[in-house]
Amino acid sequence: MQEMVNVYFYGKKYSVPADLTIMTAMEYSGYTLNRGCGCRHGFCGACATIYRVKGKNELKTCLACQTQVEEGMYVASIPFFPTDKRTYDIEKIKPTEQIMMELYPEIYSCIGCNACTKACTQDLDVMQYIAYAQRGEFEKCAEASFDCVGCGCCSTRCPAGISHPMVGVLARRLTGKYIAPESEHLKKRVEEVIHGEFDSLIEQIMEKPITEMKELYNSREIEK
Amino acid sequence: MYTEEMQKSIKKVEETRQQRMENEPRRMSAEEKEELLKGFHPDYREEGFVEIKVGPNKGQKIPVELGKLLHSNSRILNEKIDLNQVDYDVDVLVIGGGGAGSSAAIEAKEAGANVMMVTKLRIGDANTMMAEGGIQAADKENDSPVQHYLDAFGGGHFAARPELLKRLVMEAPDAIEWLNELGVMFDKDSEGNMVTTHGGGTSRKRMHACKDYSGAEIMRTLRDEVLNLGIPVVEFTSAIELLKDDKGQVAGAVLLNMETGDFCIARAKTVVIATGGAGRLHYQDFPTSNHYGATADGLVMGYRAGAPLLYQDTIQYHPTGAAYPAQIFGALVTEKVRSLGAMLVNSEGEAFMHPLETRDVSAASIIRECSANGKGIDTPIGKGIWLDTPMIEMLGGEGTIEKRIPAMLRMFMNYDIDMRKEPILIYPTLHYQNGGLEINGDGFVAALDNLLVAGEAVGGIHGRNRLMGNSLLDIIVFGRNAGKAAAKKAGEVTLGNLNLDHLQAYEEELKEAQVQTDDVSPLLLPRYARHER
Repeated sequence: MQEMVNVYFYGKKYSVPADLTIMTAMEYSGYTLNRGCGCRHGFCGACATIYRVKGKNELKTCLACQTQVEEGMYVASIPFFPTDKRTYDIEKIKPTEQIMMELYPEIYSCIGCNACTKACTQDLDVMQYIAYAQRGEFEKCAEASFDCVGCGCCSTRCPAGISHPMVGVLARRLTGKYIAPESEHLKKRVEEVIHGEFDSLIEQIMEKPITEMKELYNSREIEK
Repeated sequence: MYTEEMQKSIKKVEETRQQRMENEPRRMSAEEKEELLKGFHPDYREEGFVEIKVGPNKGQKIPVELGKLLHSNSRILNEKIDLNQVDYDVDVLVIGGGGAGSSAAIEAKEAGANVMMVTKLRIGDANTMMAEGGIQAADKENDSPVQHYLDAFGGGHFAARPELLKRLVMEAPDAIEWLNELGVMFDKDSEGNMVTTHGGGTSRKRMHACKDYSGAEIMRTLRDEVLNLGIPVVEFTSAIELLKDDKGQVAGAVLLNMETGDFCIARAKTVVIATGGAGRLHYQDFPTSNHYGATADGLVMGYRAGAPLLYQDTIQYHPTGAAYPAQIFGALVTEKVRSLGAMLVNSEGEAFMHPLETRDVSAASIIRECSANGKGIDTPIGKGIWLDTPMIEMLGGEGTIEKRIPAMLRMFMNYDIDMRKEPILIYPTLHYQNGGLEINGDGFVAALDNLLVAGEAVGGIHGRNRLMGNSLLDIIVFGRNAGKAAAKKAGEVTLGNLNLDHLQAYEEELKEAQVQTDDVSPLLLPRYARHER
């Protein structure tokens, strides 16, 4: 006999197999998910979910696709949360402290409650990466926020109204474009292609008969 | 977390580890590979395929589940839809909110076109977001686009369309440069050199990565840029049929609001289909690494309008999907795990193959090990093979896993499996459609004016198998090209009156072929809801 547990979706009780995730348990219960379901493997942040286990005080946040059901879970999905992305021209902004001040001034209203960190479904130190952003330490902010899936659970819990995932995206783009060292070998190769250095070689290989291509392929040297 | 049986087998894996580390398993010969594929790759299982009864590819074979969709009725065959009431009127309509669609939209906008995106989920709910391992480009001194061409052409069984593959490899360095300039954080050393590794079937280390969130990092940057440029993104809205005009040109699409059930009309001078793959059709009952919306909608609506398919009978099963525990069954375990040194090991602790053969060969080899060879490890759902992840820490030093593949560590840690200390169980998972709609080098469908295709919905770029890291690359290269070409073409197009006559014509063809069905397509979302009654 399959082990079953009782869970409550939006307050309504369902009996579901104990080894399901919240997402598959909802489907088992008959729900067709239009919202609140994206990649189903923990990368897209579509299935932000809030729950409380009956008899316990703590309110928890999670991704429905990555969390196994447990007895007495009261579950509500968060199909959309109005995080506030500010727009900018990536070519015109610079990685200076002022840019955060201009685009996301509310980060300076952080009261240090750490509710964002507690809410993070990826176990990131969210409050810390916001602190890095405040100080203009974009590289550190980028690194600390790198695994963010943008589910927005942090923002739902923030008394200062900060849109944390958006701050992380800005810090990463600044880091990737302006702070990380340039790749000389990449620039060089792009130039070589533009100047047609591979044009005749590629035309030649495109025209080779399949038998010759097979021989080339099967005898090619593989870098150690 | 592991069962007692599994733990016994892990002991054997541990016993042979040292010896295995000293001996690189040999690679298979061309003949061995061919025999293996014929015997064990799912593409060779005849019962997995049916014959196409209508349309441009009539008489060819196609996976049963996709064939069923081609042999279904349009969702709006009997609907009265007023085509004169145009809700959206644009130059370029991009269908799909993944990496290809976003790249196309950005380039179309940059070229001055009035462009909009429509997607049935959210922008970024796409296979791009889930790509882990990396993106190929020949940008190192010991490498060249020609070498990249050879690897991809051979890996794809010499079936790629040369003009498409040429673009893929020649434009790869520029694609990386473009992403880098948009602010994608690639793994680099302190001098700025890209940290690159091998993928299955590569002859040079040209796999660029952003830890094991490569696709996610690319997708969230592209999404951010789409929003910065103010491109309208209509979410939770599916395109369900293409529209044509009285000259027979493609002229937009009929859209369905997924929440209200209302239809609306998008008129467009050019249309880019960037609807991605088909993993959620679960060919041959395989689990899938794909996102929720991967149901081949673009292939179905394009085919109904007269666009031919190419290589629709070749599917990629990623060798390493999670086989255990059940909660993550089918989830992708990136090839990068093997790039970093983990070996594939059977229940007896034997490394039965080289870990970096191409994906089709690796998948077939794992299936053989679990079936004919009887050396798989039993799981509650089926069988699995060990991926010996502790080797990574031994080869690359302690902390390598956390630094290079944090998503994998997190996924298994969720279920109390520490892949730094214990191996993990894998089995092939439905990952990618090698085939799709046929395009020319500029991204256009030859048979239909004003229609372009980009990304996984295209067939022919990779041939009959795709190398790791060439799909993230193709969505950028062909997405960008499609956006530019669509914007340019839109400037030359004058549209006539809209119609849906092709739906009626397709219906007639189905009748003539004696196909009887009550089903409708495109599918839009898989039917996962269980109903007791």
